[in-house]
Amino acid sequence: MAAISLKNIVKRYGDGYPAVNDVSLDIADGEFMILVGPSGCGKSTLLRMIVGLEDITSGDLSIGGRRVNELAPRERKLAMVFQNYALYPHLTVYENIAFPLRLAKQPDETVREKVEKVAELLELKEHLHRKPSQLSGGQRQRVAMGRAIVREAEAFLFDEPLSNLDAKLRGQMRTEISRLQRRLGTTTVYVTHDQTEAMTLGDRVAVLRKGVLQQCATPRELYEHPVNLFVAGFIGAPPMNLLPATVTNGKVELPFCTVPIPSGIDPAAAEGKLLVAGLRPGHFEDAAYVDAAKRNRGQTFEATVDVTEWLGNEQYAYVPYESPEEIRAQVDALATELDMEAMRPQLIISLDPASRIKEGRPAQFWVDTSRMHLFNPQTGNNLAGQREPDTQPA
Amino acid sequence: MGRGASKALWAIAGVLIIVYTLFPVAWIVSLSFKKGSDVQNQQFFPTEWSWENYKTVLDSGLFTSALRNSIGISLISTVVSVTLATFAAYAIARLEFSGKKLVLSMALAIAMFPTISLVPPLFDLWRTLGLYDTWIGLIIPYMSFTLPLSIWTLSAFFREIPWEMEQAAQVDGATPWQAFRKVIVPLAAPGVFTAAILTFFFAWNDFVFGISLTASDAARPVPAALAFFTGESFFTEPTAAIAAAAVVVTIPVIVLVLLFQRKIVAGLTSGAVKG
Ligand SMILES: Nc1ncnc2c1ncn2[C@@H]1O[C@H](COP(=O)(O)OP(=O)(O)OP(=O)(O)O)[C@@H](O)[C@H]1O
Ligand SMILES: [Mg+2]
Repeated sequence: MAAISLKNIVKRYGDGYPAVNDVSLDIADGEFMILVGPSGCGKSTLLRMIVGLEDITSGDLSIGGRRVNELAPRERKLAMVFQNYALYPHLTVYENIAFPLRLAKQPDETVREKVEKVAELLELKEHLHRKPSQLSGGQRQRVAMGRAIVREAEAFLFDEPLSNLDAKLRGQMRTEISRLQRRLGTTTVYVTHDQTEAMTLGDRVAVLRKGVLQQCATPRELYEHPVNLFVAGFIGAPPMNLLPATVTNGKVELPFCTVPIPSGIDPAAAEGKLLVAGLRPGHFEDAAYVDAAKRNRGQTFEATVDVTEWLGNEQYAYVPYESPEEIRAQVDALATELDMEAMRPQLIISLDPASRIKEGRPAQFWVDTSRMHLFNPQTGNNLAGQREPDTQPA
Repeated sequence: MGRGASKALWAIAGVLIIVYTLFPVAWIVSLSFKKGSDVQNQQFFPTEWSWENYKTVLDSGLFTSALRNSIGISLISTVVSVTLATFAAYAIARLEFSGKKLVLSMALAIAMFPTISLVPPLFDLWRTLGLYDTWIGLIIPYMSFTLPLSIWTLSAFFREIPWEMEQAAQVDGATPWQAFRKVIVPLAAPGVFTAAILTFFFAWNDFVFGISLTASDAARPVPAALAFFTGESFFTEPTAAIAAAAVVVTIPVIVLVLLFQRKIVAGLTSGAVKG
């Protein structure tokens, strides 16, 4: 086990386009680090540079305090789980898992012991003598994991290991990976573009955009204090509402109400500007269902609901609004970048499932304005600036 | 038309093709069992089945030395050619180097060359170099004519094997050579078998080089030796003996095909369909 440290890592492919640009990241020993970002942002490239399958154009990569830029993959002693598992089709499950041990020339007895232990852990015992082609997706995934954990690797690297599985299995395997990592305590770097995996698995999450590191923080920090519009829009489902906001007389004018400027933002600097306000669906509520204790943290307003969606344990309401062209273009561009549909501006509100708000009729809503973010529409930066990063977990 | 009728049509067509292709073979087999002047008996089957022709053939020094030459030369050409083709194809499939297209199209051009046009220059060249009437003198042209096809077949195979296979092996602790040997070669085995069998057949069946680049027992392979059979016998036309010899040389081919049938079929189709 070892800490992994990336210093100003750059990767340029043949065409000169920087797939990874100046990324610095310190991954502590035993930490579970998630790399997340939209398709093509350089997650896999970064992971493959760590494992040694891709040359590093510039920057320093060290594992356990030793610079490893020039080392071959086999000398880095890392274990990787590939997106499509990359199992050896001509070998049995047993031999697949034993492969790294065989290469290390371990005696048969040790190999058998270790493989059986891993098979036990991953519930693969009955399948040891089958070929990968005879296994289900989830079983293959576990074989790939088995091959990774069978030897004492310095770190585990996962490249979207669950993306080929159906939703139910994905949930199951996610819990399994989390359990396994806590149990083994091995440093792990995990690439995904799945929200839930990113938020639930990692100690910290690094968000990448076009090869540039945007923010690296705990899931809670990312959710509550995104440094810019990109992170704000990327983290959280349903996504954060991005509303046009004009600051006049120290107050923020939103499409449905006018609210005080959040603390931590200099009202003088924001005065008269057109900004983007970020409010999560969960920061809204049916006014009738707000606790008295919370009520004065926010403010009530009236709006007409277009559509409601009741999902049993949650309920969403959609409220259309008008947005100035300038903000709308920004928000649409962001949506495209995040692989989402650019939609007409509408507010997404998460309601108490008991709420009986009717479609097409005006209703009273409450919004927690103390948790509002303000972003500069040009640079995308959060006006509240970057907070002190969380201390790394031990 | 019903399904039954179309099935029957297919069956008839199949039988016709089998009869058409197997008839000459059956004829040769039956001929090889005809004793002495029975060849002229004007019927398909021998009047009396006899092993005499096989005895004649196997006792004749001409044939046994030719058989030895054929087996030796074909095996060596196959092993060397397939080994080289495997490395070349791997490089072509995996490495980016300038002139890759050129190598591939040159290889194809060589394969298209009519063999006969190379005989006169090779004849002269081999005589000067002292390769005339030697095993090497035949192995070299066999290799140069089979390598292109093998390289094409195998590089198609290697391209089908995902890069990640080797990368996984390397991460698991393999050197590039170990990754190649333990992962890539086993996965490409059907392709290697296909290439090996095609190469072996080419060398085994070759007549043109065999007859023009050899002069004696030292290197003359069976197809060429069969042509010289005529001159050895003074009393009767050795038709039946030649037939027996032909049967003897066909046996290894049939055994090979039966042995590797499943592998060849896997080889010939698995490269074509993305799987
Ligand atoms: N071999 C290559 N040659 C040139 N460009 C490449 C190569 N591999 C990747 N790229 C480019 O580098 C960028 C990052 O690719 P990468 O595979 O790391 O993305 P990713 O974040 O893993 O995306 P995904 O979520 O789709 O897997 C992309 O713009 C891609 O086009
Ligand atoms: Mg990727």
